[in-house]
Amino acid sequence: MHDPLGRRDDVILSVEDLAVHFPVGGGLLGRGGRLLRAVDGVDLGLKRGECLGLVGESGSGKSTVALSMLGLLTPTRGRIVVDGQVVTGRRAGNRKTLARIVQMVFQDPYASLNPRQTVRHTLEDPLRVHGVTAASEIEDRVATMLRHVGLRPEQADRYPHEFSGGQRQRIGIARALILNPRIVICDEPVSALDVSIRAQIINLLLELKETLGLSYIMISHDLGVVEHMSDRVAVMYLGRIVETGDWREIFERPAHPYTRSLIAAIPDPLHHAPLATTKGELPNPLSPPNGCAFGPRCRYAEAVCHREPGPPLEMRPDGHMVRCWRADEITDQTALALTASGHP
Amino acid sequence: MKLRANLIIGGALFALAIFVGLLAPWLAHTDPVLDANLMNAEEAPSWLWWFGTDGQGRDIYSRVVYGARVSLTVGIVSQLINSVIGVGLGLSAGYWGGWWDDVVNGLTNLMLAIPSLIFALAIMAVLGPGLTSLLIALGLTNWSFTCRIARASALSLKSQGYVQAATVLGYGDLRIMITQLLPNMLGPIIVIGTLGMGSAVLSEASLSFLGLGVRPPYPSWGSMLSEARDQITTAPWLSVFPGLAIFLTVLGLNLLGDGLRDILDPQSRSRRT
Amino acid sequence: MTGAPLIDIEDLRIDLNHGSSQVPAVEGVSFRIDRGETFGLVGESGCGKSITALALIGLLRPPLSVGGGVIRFDGREIQRLPATAQRALRGNRIAMIFQEPMTALNPVSPVGRQIAEMFVLHKGKSWREANQLAVEALARVRVPAPERRVKDYPHQLSGGMRQRVMIAIALACGPDLLIADEPTTALDVTVQAEIIELMRTLCAERGTAILMISHDLGLVANVCRRVAVMYAGRIVEERGSADIFRTPSHPYTQGLVASLPRLGSRAALGRTRLKEIAGVVPAITSFPDGCRFNPRCAQATDICRATAPETSLLEAGGLVRCHHHA
Repeated sequence: MHDPLGRRDDVILSVEDLAVHFPVGGGLLGRGGRLLRAVDGVDLGLKRGECLGLVGESGSGKSTVALSMLGLLTPTRGRIVVDGQVVTGRRAGNRKTLARIVQMVFQDPYASLNPRQTVRHTLEDPLRVHGVTAASEIEDRVATMLRHVGLRPEQADRYPHEFSGGQRQRIGIARALILNPRIVICDEPVSALDVSIRAQIINLLLELKETLGLSYIMISHDLGVVEHMSDRVAVMYLGRIVETGDWREIFERPAHPYTRSLIAAIPDPLHHAPLATTKGELPNPLSPPNGCAFGPRCRYAEAVCHREPGPPLEMRPDGHMVRCWRADEITDQTALALTASGHP
Repeated sequence: MKLRANLIIGGALFALAIFVGLLAPWLAHTDPVLDANLMNAEEAPSWLWWFGTDGQGRDIYSRVVYGARVSLTVGIVSQLINSVIGVGLGLSAGYWGGWWDDVVNGLTNLMLAIPSLIFALAIMAVLGPGLTSLLIALGLTNWSFTCRIARASALSLKSQGYVQAATVLGYGDLRIMITQLLPNMLGPIIVIGTLGMGSAVLSEASLSFLGLGVRPPYPSWGSMLSEARDQITTAPWLSVFPGLAIFLTVLGLNLLGDGLRDILDPQSRSRRT
Repeated sequence: MTGAPLIDIEDLRIDLNHGSSQVPAVEGVSFRIDRGETFGLVGESGCGKSITALALIGLLRPPLSVGGGVIRFDGREIQRLPATAQRALRGNRIAMIFQEPMTALNPVSPVGRQIAEMFVLHKGKSWREANQLAVEALARVRVPAPERRVKDYPHQLSGGMRQRVMIAIALACGPDLLIADEPTTALDVTVQAEIIELMRTLCAERGTAILMISHDLGLVANVCRRVAVMYAGRIVEERGSADIFRTPSHPYTQGLVASLPRLGSRAALGRTRLKEIAGVVPAITSFPDGCRFNPRCAQATDICRATAPETSLLEAGGLVRCHHHA
């Protein structure tokens, strides 16, 4: 059976019914406080060699999912399986074992490098922490990694402030890859970079993925970048996945109204035309709306959407999954919907 | 880099005090304790007795020179103890948070609420006078500012990308605190430490003045002042010179602290050219 | 006077003063904005787009200063105006909104009061009248329940709501020009779309001209009628916004257009390697000689390394600063 969640042998990472809740406010012993459901029942699968795009606006929970995959947050419910190992839970060695499998490229290349450490120091330390002791091997691996990311080994003894933003991001990528991880979570890897530098980093990430056989989770708000890099895409809204599928399905035949709003909001540089707007803003996650979370902002919402919580992710014939009561009707009216932009 | 005047003057004064303390046996004219001669009692400053002599005929110059050893030892060692305690508590509290942070915060507030000199007095009362008790008393009572600074720095630094990256790379907490956080908060800690050394020199003087510091006849600037109390009108040089030594050393340390703040403050360093 | 452009900048130079030495951070910048026109200034960090706008409203602060050139607003030279007259222009006839509204709003004052202040300051209204006008202003930027929201403090509002408040303040006095410096960079795409549409409709209704500053060429091209691309302190190309995307003329603009993955391009063309612009963005203190783009330009020749190109007119309309332009 075709399973778009990819729960098969070639799955390297799977997230099963992940929920992360934070108590907010309240007095002693957490009484009187409310529960922030940052992530609430997320299922995801990442195949070997695949790039999975994770899309959604701030507050959608995509960063919380990423932190859970890195073992930095303890989920309230559900589990994460990486390379056959369950990595959720507070067991000590977890973080260190996980570090050799899952790594991360950070958004801000200025804040993500220790200003007091040379590049060499930044790249050698992780090797030592993970038990590589031979000086020659450490030296070799650092030099090789620097060449991989397009820097020269002679530059290793410089400090971060001697590099440009793009070069710093290359160092950040080198640090993420120095332990030979299998999975790299890229958290907005180009959005803090100068526009003319972004293509260099995007190309580098795609090359490294091929040469080193990596799998990526690509978190970005730039749908152009996500479309360019991803094999599959998952769209999150208010702690849940609302749509997931092959990149082409998501961008050419988006089925969830939220995915449609995201795509319609991208300005078209060739036309001096109004942007399609979505009314309102992300609701307060402490008091989510009744019914479907996107209901109050959705132009297709009907009584059922305000009454019942969103349906479970439902498999569609074209292989992608949508969490929407009206997905079938909406996709049938694609042509109609795309012309009717603007406020309802 | 352009060096500020306060850095140069402060550094020079502090260096002078250290130099005098280290080379005391060669700089002093007489033994500060043994060379008492009642024949020379209470001589005014002259070519022979640069700073004059005291009631027992001891050379004040030599006693001030030797006194530098006590004052600086107390200043440096007690502040080192304070810095280690303050950084240790503040850094771990800021990084770990939770109940440990509450405990450290409570302790810091307690220390800030009790005047540190009173607290030091109480410790001295238990331990008895002497150099060691002085070091312990002053070393345990002045870490609250360092602790606050370290905690605040740790709180803001731990959200930096490179600290998160270290966590993701599987570094232990201790390694993260020592290699990622500590080097990036050292600037303000050094500034606070320098200023703290000045106040420790003053505290030593105060405690010795009250007779709780270094026991006579061994000289410290504070105990010299204490002994000179009764003759302040008849033989003012007995108090003027140790007082001047304290003044210049503390001034030097404060200027140095200010100067270091100017060059170590991360705000003044540019993020990017 | 109706013939004169609203903004006329000629050969503007902005110096970065470094002790006794001066480095030009912006050089030879000229452009005009007509009444009610939408004009975009696009470039990367450090290219000088934001300080050009600050010079325009007389808000450059040391170590930056205007080193030469003329800035005319409505026919009058701004630098020659006394400080009081410059102040009277700001907020009243020229208004500005910033990237991060949280830092531009006063955190200890209710937003209604901050809007009302504009009416008191520039229109001589009483506080009573001004407070009423503030509620209306909030309603115009489509803040729900404006009579209650006026009492809110900035931290109680979301990023999008704060930017609406900024727009309400900026448009309070019906300015002739709205300068929007990266107005939506900190916002999510759906909120960005709302803010842009709000800005666009409100300014169109009142005939307010927009000077939009952004690193996002796609967004600026969508919002503005004309776009100037800045690189390393100079304008390298100025065109109608649709043309600049269809037929970019300067190699830097060509690189920018080709290097960014655009939605739909993979579906149409397949995943091709993105065209990179080599090298790094130069720092203000180390702008290269000749054409400032030459170290990164594939078409650079000796003349590019030796002399800076002058601005030349394009047949299709627009200006370009390149020795080898098509």
